[in-house]
Amino acid sequence: MSHPTIGNRLVKNVTVQSMRDRPNCLTSGHRACQGCGEALGARCVLDAAYAATGGKIAVVNATGCLEVFSCVYPENSWQVPWLHSLFGNAPAVATGVAAAFKQQGKSDVRIIAQGGDGALSDIGMGCLSGMFERNDDVLCVCYDNQAYMNTGVQRSGATPAFARTATTLPTGNYLGNDAQTGKNLPKIAMAHEIPYVATASIGNIHDLEEKVTKAIHIRGAKYLHVHVPCPLGWGYSPSDTIKIARAAVQCGLFPLFEMERGKIMKSTPIKDPVKVDDYLKSQRRFAHLFGKSASPEALAALQDIADNNIRDYALAENANG
Amino acid sequence: MLRQLEGSHAIARSVALCRPRVVCAYPISPQTHILEGLEELIRSGKLQNCEYLNVESEMGALSVAIGAEAAGVRSYTATSSQGLLYMIEAVYNASGLELPIVMTLGNRALGSPINIWNDHSDAMSVRDSGWVMFFAETNQEAADLHILAFMVAEKMRCPVIVNVDGFILTHAYDRVDIPSQEAVDEFLPPYAPNISLDVDSPMAVGTMVPPEYFMEVRCLAHRKHEDSLALIERAGSTFEEKFGRNSGGLLRGYSLQNADTIVVAMGSVAGTIKDVVDELNHEGGKFGELTIVCYRPFPREALRNSLKNSKRIIVVEKSLAVGVGGILSQEIELAMKGCNVEIISVIAGLGGRNITKSTLKEHFSKKNHEKMTFLDLRNDIIADQYRPICSAAVKAEKTCPIQP
Repeated sequence: MSHPTIGNRLVKNVTVQSMRDRPNCLTSGHRACQGCGEALGARCVLDAAYAATGGKIAVVNATGCLEVFSCVYPENSWQVPWLHSLFGNAPAVATGVAAAFKQQGKSDVRIIAQGGDGALSDIGMGCLSGMFERNDDVLCVCYDNQAYMNTGVQRSGATPAFARTATTLPTGNYLGNDAQTGKNLPKIAMAHEIPYVATASIGNIHDLEEKVTKAIHIRGAKYLHVHVPCPLGWGYSPSDTIKIARAAVQCGLFPLFEMERGKIMKSTPIKDPVKVDDYLKSQRRFAHLFGKSASPEALAALQDIADNNIRDYALAENANG
Repeated sequence: MLRQLEGSHAIARSVALCRPRVVCAYPISPQTHILEGLEELIRSGKLQNCEYLNVESEMGALSVAIGAEAAGVRSYTATSSQGLLYMIEAVYNASGLELPIVMTLGNRALGSPINIWNDHSDAMSVRDSGWVMFFAETNQEAADLHILAFMVAEKMRCPVIVNVDGFILTHAYDRVDIPSQEAVDEFLPPYAPNISLDVDSPMAVGTMVPPEYFMEVRCLAHRKHEDSLALIERAGSTFEEKFGRNSGGLLRGYSLQNADTIVVAMGSVAGTIKDVVDELNHEGGKFGELTIVCYRPFPREALRNSLKNSKRIIVVEKSLAVGVGGILSQEIELAMKGCNVEIISVIAGLGGRNITKSTLKEHFSKKNHEKMTFLDLRNDIIADQYRPICSAAVKAEKTCPIQP
């Protein structure tokens, strides 16, 4: 593979969108919305895994947007072996594929189980935890758009505090989803002490690709949590997906880090800090926290989450030395 | 080779002879001994080249089997009762994906109230799921039907449930002939998967099917089931030629010639019924017995042919559709439509209630039958607890008086 150039930069060992020989595991023509973060995330994850394994990957997909927009018979956008079973069982199905490949002497084919935050943090949590606990040879990727987007933006276990969804509509004193802070699936994965856990963002594709490339070769259970903004569900212009994704990372609400065997090994410092308020203001799902019925308490609570992340994951620039 | 074995261990040995490559286990009574038996065979090296996975739920168990079959290896699991309900979404998924998984169902009642004992409610909850369903009468049949199940499943491209009465068969010790590995290998060829996740030939499995194609998918599944009745019958006779016993097929009749009354049943209760039939015939009666071995696909024509010359059909059934009545008896009524024959439903053995020869005999000997009877019902409890709702009062839109 030659080293392509982007502008005047020479980029080494990475796949970029403009490359002609990019595998496009999730190829064009699918039915995702304009500006879909999940479609971009899935394509980048799978293409990186494909490149790292010489094309030896098989994918198990949970029910959700990613499955629905990619494969309405007789069409489908997958250029890799791909299997969809149910909403809540993708990690267990992937375990079965791994067991079969082991029996067939095909352990060089790497297995990815993927789904949204609903599929993995809620309905499929049992199967996911089982896969982690058995340390099955599967990379599980969660594309986290923080709600059930496929069914019309209902709250999931990973929906952040005070976000408006179809089932957490702010009214009167109710600020929307005020009971929670969003289930922390990477920490839950980490508690299983599996070989590798990481977070990534479609706002930092090279970091995401590096993590996939690293994870895909590790034997045992791996977990990658990818932050994927959703223009429809979050309420912003489709052209702003990358901007929003970057702002989430740069304000501290979505920390990028890697963990191995239950310990944080590395985090990505914030380079261009963004104010939490500015990140929130850019999305209609938080609009009720500003303006006439503004809630300084809610904003302070969200700021606290970001501050805690910056402290706990050492995100302040130069914190990593 | 004849061995004195617990039903579950006979099934485990029989499944092992079919050389599954992935076995997934999650415990629920009364199927646990089957998977424990398989684990022992795998760890001791008697069954080689097989992954044994302890999973976190029944949903996980069948999902692992789905993944393994889709990747191209023979897979097996077992469950019972609530476990089947917990995995039911995957049950429909496996048949829709045409994956020839074989699963033992150690038949047990469904709660609430929770009850671990035998009846066929669990099996009936998946009767429309598109799986082939066999019912075993004895431990020998339970063992043999698993070998047949893998063969039928893979030929049909359809998963198969082998129903085995919980405790009555799973925990009973009996002499069982376990065939040799060579004989099973000759009968059951190595698995040649229809689909497999292959990096050299990528394929999307399990896509969404829109209204333009969905009816056709369902119709084809139905046709496949109907066409497979002949295949299942033939597999049964091939098995008999090879192993010298009739363990499969669609139906098994007993003393049917000249029978006025034929008792129809599924599973282990057939043995008790045959004893009663013998006694009644010895006393000058004209009774016969018909066991349904293959419940799905439903052998409508074969049933009609076996039953059409009788005057009375008594269906002894271990399940109940609340608000409807007997399930099997209604299916038999449809099969016998147009025949001048009386069909009687006997709901028996729910939640493990013993079905005795004496009450069966008493019931079969009656001249006039209720359309439906709960066998050996404790009428004192019913009289004490039954509170009829006054339908006349409901119609008059008055407060419905609950009778004291």
